Amino acid sequence: MTELLEIESLGVAAGTHRILRNVSLRVAPGEILALTGESGSGKSMTALAVMGLLPQGLAARGAIRLDGRDLLGLAEPQLCDIRGREVAMIFQEPMTALNPVQTIGAQVMETIRVHGAAPRAGAEARAREVLERVGLPPDRVPLTRYPHELSGGQRQRVVIAMAIALRPRLLVADEPTTALDVTTQAQILELLRGLVRDEGMGLLMITHDLAVVAGMADRIAVMQEGEVVEQGPTADLFAQMRHPYPRRLFEASRHRAALPPPAPDGRLLRVEEVRRDYPLPRRALFAPRAAHRALDDVSFDIARGERLGLVGESGCGKSTLARAILGLEPVQGGTITLDGRPVLDHGRPDPEVRRRVQVVFQDPYGSFNPRHRVGRLVAEPFHLLPDPPRGAAREAAVADALTAVGLRPEHAESHIHAFSGGQRQRIAIARALIIRPELVIFDEAVSALDVSVRARILDLIAELSRQYGLTYLFISHDLGVVRSITDRVLVMRSGEIVERGATEEVFDNPGHWYTKSLVAAAPVLPPLEGGGKTDAGHDIP
Amino acid sequence: MGFYALKRLISLAVSLLVASLVIFLVVEVAPGDPASYMLGINADPGTVANLRAELGLDVSRAERYLDWVGGMLTGDFGTSYTYRTPVAGMVAERLRVSLPLALYALGLAVLLAFPAGIYAAARRGRAGDMGVMAATQLGVAIPNFWFAMLLVLFFSLTLGWFGAGGFPGWDDPLQAIKALTLPAVALALPQAAILARVMRSSLIDILGEDFIRTARAKGLSRRQALWRHGLRNALIPVLTIIGLQFSFLLAGAIIIEQVFFLPGLGRLIFQAITQRDLIVVESVVMLLVFAVITVNFLTDLAYAAVDPRLRVRR
Amino acid sequence: MSAKLVTGAALTALFLAAAALSFLWTPGDVEAMNIAARLQPPSRAHLLGTDHFGRDILSMIMTGARTSIAVALVAVGIGMGAGVPLGLAAAARQGGWLDEIIMRANDLIFAFPSLVIAILITAVFGPGAVNAIVAIGIFNVPVFARLTRGAALSLWRREFILAARVAGKSTPRISAEHILPNLANLLIVQGTIQFSLGILAEAGLSYVGLGAQPPVPSWGRMLADAQTMVALAPHVAIIPGLAIVLMVLGLNLLGDGLRDRFDPRLRERRA
Repeated sequence: MTELLEIESLGVAAGTHRILRNVSLRVAPGEILALTGESGSGKSMTALAVMGLLPQGLAARGAIRLDGRDLLGLAEPQLCDIRGREVAMIFQEPMTALNPVQTIGAQVMETIRVHGAAPRAGAEARAREVLERVGLPPDRVPLTRYPHELSGGQRQRVVIAMAIALRPRLLVADEPTTALDVTTQAQILELLRGLVRDEGMGLLMITHDLAVVAGMADRIAVMQEGEVVEQGPTADLFAQMRHPYPRRLFEASRHRAALPPPAPDGRLLRVEEVRRDYPLPRRALFAPRAAHRALDDVSFDIARGERLGLVGESGCGKSTLARAILGLEPVQGGTITLDGRPVLDHGRPDPEVRRRVQVVFQDPYGSFNPRHRVGRLVAEPFHLLPDPPRGAAREAAVADALTAVGLRPEHAESHIHAFSGGQRQRIAIARALIIRPELVIFDEAVSALDVSVRARILDLIAELSRQYGLTYLFISHDLGVVRSITDRVLVMRSGEIVERGATEEVFDNPGHWYTKSLVAAAPVLPPLEGGGKTDAGHDIP
Repeated sequence: MGFYALKRLISLAVSLLVASLVIFLVVEVAPGDPASYMLGINADPGTVANLRAELGLDVSRAERYLDWVGGMLTGDFGTSYTYRTPVAGMVAERLRVSLPLALYALGLAVLLAFPAGIYAAARRGRAGDMGVMAATQLGVAIPNFWFAMLLVLFFSLTLGWFGAGGFPGWDDPLQAIKALTLPAVALALPQAAILARVMRSSLIDILGEDFIRTARAKGLSRRQALWRHGLRNALIPVLTIIGLQFSFLLAGAIIIEQVFFLPGLGRLIFQAITQRDLIVVESVVMLLVFAVITVNFLTDLAYAAVDPRLRVRR
Repeated sequence: MSAKLVTGAALTALFLAAAALSFLWTPGDVEAMNIAARLQPPSRAHLLGTDHFGRDILSMIMTGARTSIAVALVAVGIGMGAGVPLGLAAAARQGGWLDEIIMRANDLIFAFPSLVIAILITAVFGPGAVNAIVAIGIFNVPVFARLTRGAALSLWRREFILAARVAGKSTPRISAEHILPNLANLLIVQGTIQFSLGILAEAGLSYVGLGAQPPVPSWGRMLADAQTMVALAPHVAIIPGLAIVLMVLGLNLLGDGLRDRFDPRLRERRA
């Protein structure tokens, strides 16, 4: 088979720091090569090297051959000629990948015009054609639209249209669906597969998600710390897994935490017919103020000792619900009570209630004041106690909390920037648990973490459940995670709960069409041959 | 767009109203009575009372405020205490110098700053960038009236290319423009330095955006990406600064007019202060504030033209 | 330490030291006139020459630095003292009536350039250093209020602020404990820049006679006095201007250097 792209011993270095080492990959026409690995493994850097768009100051060695021609030896004007015409790229973040002040038509046409491939009228005709091809028919989505008028999925389609406008031979896609909801992700993946099939393009697809890889790629290459540690045809690779690292990744991806059996004991939280409206800006001077209904008649209970999941796509109202339960925002209708006491009493939070509910947020980097030491950060909820421990008692409590989440007491003296993402989420859990709340809310608490770190945090939550009999509400867009860590689940769509029930039951036999589409769209990993016993290590990530 | 403009227009009107109230009240608390000041300490009380009536000072504060604002709306700025002539006429005559000067300077500043800022951003971190940045660093630190003195010293007194000051009037536009050139350069240079820095940093920010990388992946060269995608986006913060600078230019013109003995608003206002001709001070300050608020309003509209996201507020 | 930071700090320190020294000692007497020795170029006896009254220019520069620094520093103090709390309050109640009033008032003050404020004040109360301070100080208030509000707003959206709210802390307490410390760097940098703008504004005001009045020495008035003598003795006009440029340049370099040092993006690259 003739190779379209051939990367040979590619090395990229910033000064003496080597980012990529000896990377060799091949992509044939009509083939999909998935490049996978955890963050920092060098996947994206490889993609940028292929495009000749490495950040300034980075030097590449080795060879990147497109149809036998070494791109590393080419001058910038020749590279410009190749980019967009022969090699095109799709990026991760559709919200920022388009110029906000230009229409989508102009941006798609630019690919054609900059290469002088067609006169203006011809370029416009071709732009209509490709937009139609990517699922944005110009009669419904005119070329005169601006990016901010489109959804994330639609913007990603525009980016793809720009990339394929000149029928490039090779498409490089860097995490093209990571920023998208699971149903949109399925559609975009289908579109990419169709393009490869119909146009005979080669596709180099970078993704951290093994399940996406499994359903999509002809061949897989796994990267770790700047090196390709294993590559081969998809089926073979999943069957064999010679190298321990891909195996570890794979196991972490399908990791199920060992949750102790639930022991529900009386109602703890009650959410009744809750409604939350956000006012929208006025459209005209005296027009009535419209409102966006973020929560619509939401009702559910959480029993003491229960682990409840809440799934739904971005913008469905999950986080709004979390804030309402925490008493951070008022609701316009309905009641939220903990043991019969409302969380907001005449718009003021009830300290009695507040000390019984704590939260772990998504962003391990944004949820700590960078100027405080870990000890002070972890002890912050003591503010809620009428008689907080002081001096040695306080230090002991902080040390206990840190030990409980697998850190060491002396970590209390460090600043937060000294810790990795996984360690920060442990600190966040320590902060949430230090005053022994009766209810913990995990708001996308593992979504920003790499798979192996995520697996260990899920284990930690299971372990803490065993020790302390936690009650929690686990909010996530990731069905797999929710499945592994909850007993019961709520499915939310546009502010409404559309389905509820025991977690396994809901995911195995979804009743509502929306749940069905979520389950169907979620990429799944094939079973691992040779025993899929999962056990991620217990060392601190 | 219409709604956006209307909202801005209302806030413009409110700002003007409040500004007029503030100016009026500040001048009202001024100690001393203009009529007795004008006639001297030994004046006959009857004459003073007559003058007060003539100047419209014998009615209540509220009435005086309404008279003043109402008058301004119809172009009547009141009568100068000192010269007994309509303030509007005096101001209009002085504006024929001050306004062209400010606009001339603004034009020069933009003309200098845009190429310098774009050039520096395109060669970020290289010698050309460092040179431009060092020059702007110096430009920002130079007081414009001192720079004006140096210009006079060099171009007028040493080389004799320009007059050292004065204004020949607009009968000969070429001579008028020549007389305004050194003042405009003096005004423009520090502002150009600020604007070039803003242009550079704004462009550099934009060049780091994802959509620039997208453009490069399409096959645009670095230069094409900068011109086609960078510039228009970078213009948004630059517009803000241009809007703000206009107020500095107007105020700066007041000082620069002193250096070059130009018969503009600045001379008028300083004369008025020494003669305690408060109605003139009041009107000129209001006029300056009106200009600043209006320019800011226009800047807001210009945003909407540059950024489609502002046109429809959803 | 970058070259910018070192140069900026050194220039600033030089002028601060000169101003401080002038309280104790100056090479000549700034009030003693000596018409016989007027408009002398720089010499051994008078390092920077003499002015039209025969006064030692170096001594006047040193004493004038006092005025410039005092006016600009107090004006920055007024701007920060009023602007920062207002900005914090506005951000804490974003979109509320307090926010609306504070921001509208800021817009209004922005419409009065500091020179125009000074003109108004002088017209009413007469010229003087105090009026210059008030005029520049008032103009600094919206600068700090806007900066504080903008930066505080983005901090309020961070999750660590939510965490503090979940920990039951009140809005003022969060502002003081979490918001303000994270703004400190930004405020120091802006403070340096406003300081330098204050020096320029003071020079401008005293040049047109609205600032410090005689016999208090000031750089701006030295330039005003020199104007008619530019042709005869250029050094009389050049030296005070250079003093202003160097002082302002030093402060700007200091501000830039601090900004680079504080910028987390740059810092992470170093780490």
